Amino acid sequence: MIAVIWEVTSRLSVLPDFMFPRLTQVLETLFNGLVNGQIVAAIGKSMSRLLIGFAIAIVLGVIMGYLIWRYKLVEDTLGFLVTALQSIPSIVWFPLAIIWFGLNDFSILFIVTIGATWTMTVSATSGFRNVPTLYQRVAKTFGSTGVHFIRTVILPASVPQLLSGLRIAWAFSWRALMAGELLGSGGGLGQLLETGRSLGQMDLVISVMIIIAVIGTIMDNVVFLRLERSVQKKWGLA
Amino acid sequence: MYVTIDGIEKSFINERKEQVQVLDHIDIDMEKGSFVSIVGPSGCGKSTLLYMIAGLEKADKGSIRIAGNEVKKPGPDRVVVFQEAGLFPWLTVLENVKYGLLLKKMPKQEAETKAIDMLKMVHLSNYIHSYPHQLSGGMKQRVSIARALVMEPDILLMDEPFSALDEQTRMVLHKELIDIWKKTKVTIFFVTHNIREAVLLSEKVIVFGTRPGKVKEIIPVPTSTDGVLPDSVTLHTEQRILAILEEEIEKVLKEEMGDDYSFTTNHLHRNDSGDMGSHI
Repeated sequence: MIAVIWEVTSRLSVLPDFMFPRLTQVLETLFNGLVNGQIVAAIGKSMSRLLIGFAIAIVLGVIMGYLIWRYKLVEDTLGFLVTALQSIPSIVWFPLAIIWFGLNDFSILFIVTIGATWTMTVSATSGFRNVPTLYQRVAKTFGSTGVHFIRTVILPASVPQLLSGLRIAWAFSWRALMAGELLGSGGGLGQLLETGRSLGQMDLVISVMIIIAVIGTIMDNVVFLRLERSVQKKWGLA
Repeated sequence: MYVTIDGIEKSFINERKEQVQVLDHIDIDMEKGSFVSIVGPSGCGKSTLLYMIAGLEKADKGSIRIAGNEVKKPGPDRVVVFQEAGLFPWLTVLENVKYGLLLKKMPKQEAETKAIDMLKMVHLSNYIHSYPHQLSGGMKQRVSIARALVMEPDILLMDEPFSALDEQTRMVLHKELIDIWKKTKVTIFFVTHNIREAVLLSEKVIVFGTRPGKVKEIIPVPTSTDGVLPDSVTLHTEQRILAILEEEIEKVLKEEMGDDYSFTTNHLHRNDSGDMGSHI
């Protein structure tokens, strides 16, 4: 239905083709892009940045979350700072990143990481805080301490909350990545959008938008939703 | 004595920043292999005392010694069975029971065999690969007991372990606990607010007074036959304990409901319209 309306309005509209391309034209560009590797290469580039930045953010977030949970002093200082930093959209860091690292891959990686780190920290903190005292007491009476205690009780007990944190962090870093690539350089889906704009190829721009939507949906519905469901099933929460 | 609790005192700070004494000079001795219960009104500090023996809480004053060694921190020689089973939901029943054994650096194969044997003893061998949420309340508590016993602790600390269960399940578990105790000869320290439970199960009942918690009386229980059904002897003991506790219960109720409440004479406020909600 939407497809038909799109096709018809596009054909009838006074706007030139390059501004409001027909659906068929978009699909053609999308197909060609996938076949000749232009879009595929961009996807690869973006995903590799995203995964690296996301992974760093998870590790940083969990470590900071642990420190905030464990030490009152860190909670009062870093904990407060994290809440403040969380409210800054990560693309705001971009000018700083360009000055620090130059207009390169590293700057983009930086804002992707920054975008996900704070939310991950907040989720990890609340996840650790909500580990029932009972589990902690049980583990302690069995003689669990230190790293073993963290690994076998605190981390697994906060998995449900870490997962929802992961999901939000993913969304944040995905947005940061697109913004960063639009402004930055070095390929990727965002860069392809910028290319489409400068060449006046709205069919390419829309193709990339479709790709972004598809990847986002796949990650959210397939990866995260499945993970959450399997945890819920195992824990008997569903 | 095997367990010596010597002059324990403990205070908490309440919401109004006042110091409240919960335990006042507690002295208790326990022999090895004995089954001792503590009964008392809620808030008398009996669970706090148990946590101290476990090493989960620290006393302000006094000391607890087990076989001559002072208790400083939690350890696998004193395992607790809590009111809620507290099984880890991310592990299967078998993994839950193995948890403590693997912590003791026991070889995996040996730990698995021991855990399975123990689960057989609590009649759960059909559920070893289930997750805790698939079990009923009574089954969970049985796993929790198995998880504690498999450690072969010197002392088993039980904090109202059956109070969240229904009557039938409780009766079955009482029987199982007595059997296990006779088989393993583990020393059991059992906290409950259920007088009948205390009398049926244990050899010695310690009656706690409240505000501050202190030992009111220690009553030896004539050994009952199977620990399941009350007989005239246990009923008599029960009533004796209830009589001691009555005074304490009234003290608690007065504090909670206002001064004109009397547990023994009348069960209503003399002027309840004037008193409604005033203490909230």
